[in-house]
Amino acid sequence: MNAILNKKQLSQNVYLMELYAPIISGECRAGQFIILSLNNEFAERIPLTIADSNPEKGTITIIFQVVGKTTLELSNLSEGEKIVNLLGPLGNPTHIEKFGKVLCVAGGIGVAPSYPIAKAMKKAGNELKVIIGARSKELIIYESEMRELSDELIVCTDDGSCGRKAIVTEPLKELCISWKPDIVVAIGPAIMMKFCAETTRPFGITTLVSLNTIMIDGTGMCGGCRVTVGNETKFVCVDGPEFDGHKVDFDNMMARLGAYKDLESQAYHKCKLDSSLKK
Amino acid sequence: MSSMSHKHLTQQEFDEAARISLDALNSCQPLSLKDRLSIPVQEMPSQDPIIRRENTKEVALGYTENQAKVEALRCLQCKNAPCINGCPVRIDIPRFIKEIADGDFQKAIEVIKENSLLSAVCGRVCPQEVQCQLYCTVGKSLKNVLKSVSIGRLERFVADREREEGNIKAPQGKPDTSKRVAVVGSGPASIVVAADVRREGHSVTLFEAFHKTGGVMTYGIPEFRLPKSIVKSEIDTLKAMGVEIKTNFVVGKTRKLTDLIEKDGYEAVFIGTGAGLPKFMNIEGENLVGVYSANEFLTRANLMRAYDRGMAATPIAMSKKVAVVGGGNVAMDSARTAVRLGAEEVYIIYRRTENEMPARVEEIAHAKEEGVIFHTLVNPKRILGKLQAEAIECLRYELGEPDDSGRRRPVEIPGSEFVMNVDTVIIAIGNESNPLISQTTPGLKCNKWGNIIVDENCKTSMDKVYAGGDIVLGAATVILAMGQGRIAARSINKLLA
Ligand SMILES: Cc1cc2nc3c(=O)[nH]c(=O)nc-3n(C[C@H](O)[C@H](O)[C@H](O)COP(=O)(O)OP(=O)(O)OC[C@H]3O[C@@H](n4cnc5c(N)ncnc54)[C@H](O)[C@@H]3O)c2cc1C
Ligand SMILES: Cc1cc2nc3c(=O)[nH]c(=O)nc-3n(C[C@H](O)[C@H](O)[C@H](O)COP(=O)(O)OP(=O)(O)OC[C@H]3O[C@@H](n4cnc5c(N)ncnc54)[C@H](O)[C@@H]3O)c2cc1C
Ligand code: SF4
Ligand code: SF4
Ligand code: FES
Repeated sequence: MNAILNKKQLSQNVYLMELYAPIISGECRAGQFIILSLNNEFAERIPLTIADSNPEKGTITIIFQVVGKTTLELSNLSEGEKIVNLLGPLGNPTHIEKFGKVLCVAGGIGVAPSYPIAKAMKKAGNELKVIIGARSKELIIYESEMRELSDELIVCTDDGSCGRKAIVTEPLKELCISWKPDIVVAIGPAIMMKFCAETTRPFGITTLVSLNTIMIDGTGMCGGCRVTVGNETKFVCVDGPEFDGHKVDFDNMMARLGAYKDLESQAYHKCKLDSSLKK
Repeated sequence: MSSMSHKHLTQQEFDEAARISLDALNSCQPLSLKDRLSIPVQEMPSQDPIIRRENTKEVALGYTENQAKVEALRCLQCKNAPCINGCPVRIDIPRFIKEIADGDFQKAIEVIKENSLLSAVCGRVCPQEVQCQLYCTVGKSLKNVLKSVSIGRLERFVADREREEGNIKAPQGKPDTSKRVAVVGSGPASIVVAADVRREGHSVTLFEAFHKTGGVMTYGIPEFRLPKSIVKSEIDTLKAMGVEIKTNFVVGKTRKLTDLIEKDGYEAVFIGTGAGLPKFMNIEGENLVGVYSANEFLTRANLMRAYDRGMAATPIAMSKKVAVVGGGNVAMDSARTAVRLGAEEVYIIYRRTENEMPARVEEIAHAKEEGVIFHTLVNPKRILGKLQAEAIECLRYELGEPDDSGRRRPVEIPGSEFVMNVDTVIIAIGNESNPLISQTTPGLKCNKWGNIIVDENCKTSMDKVYAGGDIVLGAATVILAMGQGRIAARSINKLLA
């Protein structure tokens, strides 16, 4: 259980791992996530989306970006090693139905959680367009997989090193005018989701966002993942992770995400130093 | 500190005093009723408050042998033993205390074990002053419940003694029946069910959502009140009995409850998932950075070991001024944890008076000794700050007419707003039940608060499904959860007989 069967580096800081987790693999649906930790005593628990699953093989795929201590340590594990604690599937599956025209906007690592949703939307008979955005060419992942799936794929980078030189909200706005999607699914950094929601708001197009708050238990017990949605407090792990982007208080969410920035960057730098010393 | 505060005595000093009293008492045997009533309560030795603020080690150190024997002599061995009626699991209190007085500690623990599996835990965390000790004849005669025989401390003494001497034996079970039972959760209710059902020879699988077992005893109640090694040794006993333990398994998500029965072949299921959904106050500013539920704060500190700042990967705020809202054990635990994490000032904010606080008397006293400042008849109105909590605005209250529960209702005093500067706010006003299982199990009946409804045998509205503990009772106590576990186990054993 929990063994890493396959590990791939997708870009400078992004890794893919296929894990042997037969029970989770059999139960999970698009939009759900797992929580993992790397030892029993002192490790942190981190949530990651299930980017793909293969129930026949009993595997799930995770795609993660190295941003701090735990993701760095995870990236240092090799094929054959095991994840000590793996819990899931958590959260509610995405509501999939035939909406008509579905537009997925995926920023950076957000392509990973977008992929199973895009796949399920396509399978449900929707017309599908996808916008992928990244800072530069090296950071783009899953481009060919998304291209295969979608009726149109638009790639844009901040520096123009691949596709259009633009941020995702530009093609998003254009498509809102020209293509008039029935639903937009925007997943990526909080700031990107915030501006995607602002872009679609005047058009009145339903915009789903998948929130990546800090979590501990992932079962509704701690309230650490709470966000303000339409003036109500919601727990991302049990009420989400997807919410109506037009109602989310992103500024509050971003502040909560940054709560431990200083402590975490200390831990990351110490961890990076330790692992480079080991090499 | 109050002028009444006296010198902090060490365990050795208490022991020496007890040895002298014991010699004196032994020389005037048999003791009359009056002799017994005049023996003073043996106080619990504890770590010096100034030192313990800086560590997470257990605060109460436990009776010494001499103290236990003296305390045991205070028991009048009442024929009708009213104390037993105050104990939810009906421990034969006079009988185990008699064994202590006679110096047979092993026999004493055996008497307790006839009714309770978690004596080292209950001896520490039972609210004895409202349970067994409330009914004690000695307390009644001396007109002070705090002068009752210290039943809990004696229970702890013999349980610790057995563990320290490495005498714990896994109870012998009946031959295997090959019938399978699933137990969901690993708190006290589930531990009792697992043990009692396993003893009948059935195979038992325990499913726990977290990576560690023990429920609230592990992630909620702090080390300084209940050392994790004690909880671990209870779980080790289960393992030694052959109970299979699956951590990282959320029933309702990883697998549906109905699938456990219909697909996986479990013949009965016990749900002991606790009360795990924190209540908030729905006031302005509650989602600011620096505002925690007690569950989050305590889980970060206990389960994820955030108090060990050098080792733990899970961070916790470096708080300077902390306001804890609430007056129960959870609030005291949060406040005392904040003290140990280095906060300069920690306040308890409670809307009634100290007399109405649901926390155990001992915990309130310990919190005060450690410098926690109490603001009673005060309730928060909103939390101020832009992104990070900076202050809490409160209203003063006074006690009005009694409400339905007979407690005098707190009424706000209009215009009494005042502001306290704080950087951390911990909300400890209780938990609601966690809906993960009920949402994914159609047919499982719950009341309007989400608690699972059971009959007097702890059976739910579904066949083969039983429930007990906080998920049924709302936030209750360890011993009440155990008591329900007992009943549920009996029903399950009957079903499978
Ligand atoms: C439901 C859900 C699904 C997720 N899916 C994925 C995924 O598929 N792939 C992926 O790479 N990441 C995903 N994330 C984010 C991932 O959990 C965080 O990147 C991870 O927790 C960081 O851990 P760390 O110890 O490496 O970094 P830390 O040391 O904890 O943090 C490093 C930096 O990242 C920020 N950070 C911390 N937690 C998060 C978070 N939850 N989201 C965003 N930033 C955070 C911190 O503020 C800090 O600046 C998901 C989060 C959620 C809640
Ligand atoms: C901080 C604090 C201090 C307390 N102090 C005292 C005290 O001094 N004295 C006292 O008597 N009582 C005290 N209590 C109350 C006492 O701890 C509880 O009443 C008791 O633990 C309830 O036991 P339980 O078996 O019902 O469940 P819990 O101990 O709550 O355990 C439930 C377990 O089930 C797991 N779980 C939940 N959902 C699922 C699922 N779907 N699948 C798998 N596992 C699941 C949880 O992770 C948890 O481990 C305190 C509580 C807290 C929070
Ligand atoms: S289990 Fe609790 S209530 Fe019962 S005798 Fe022991 S301390 Fe008292
Ligand atoms: S009521 Fe008190 S004195 Fe009487 S038997 Fe019980 S513990 Fe002893
Ligand atoms: S992560 Fe704890 S409640 Fe959501």
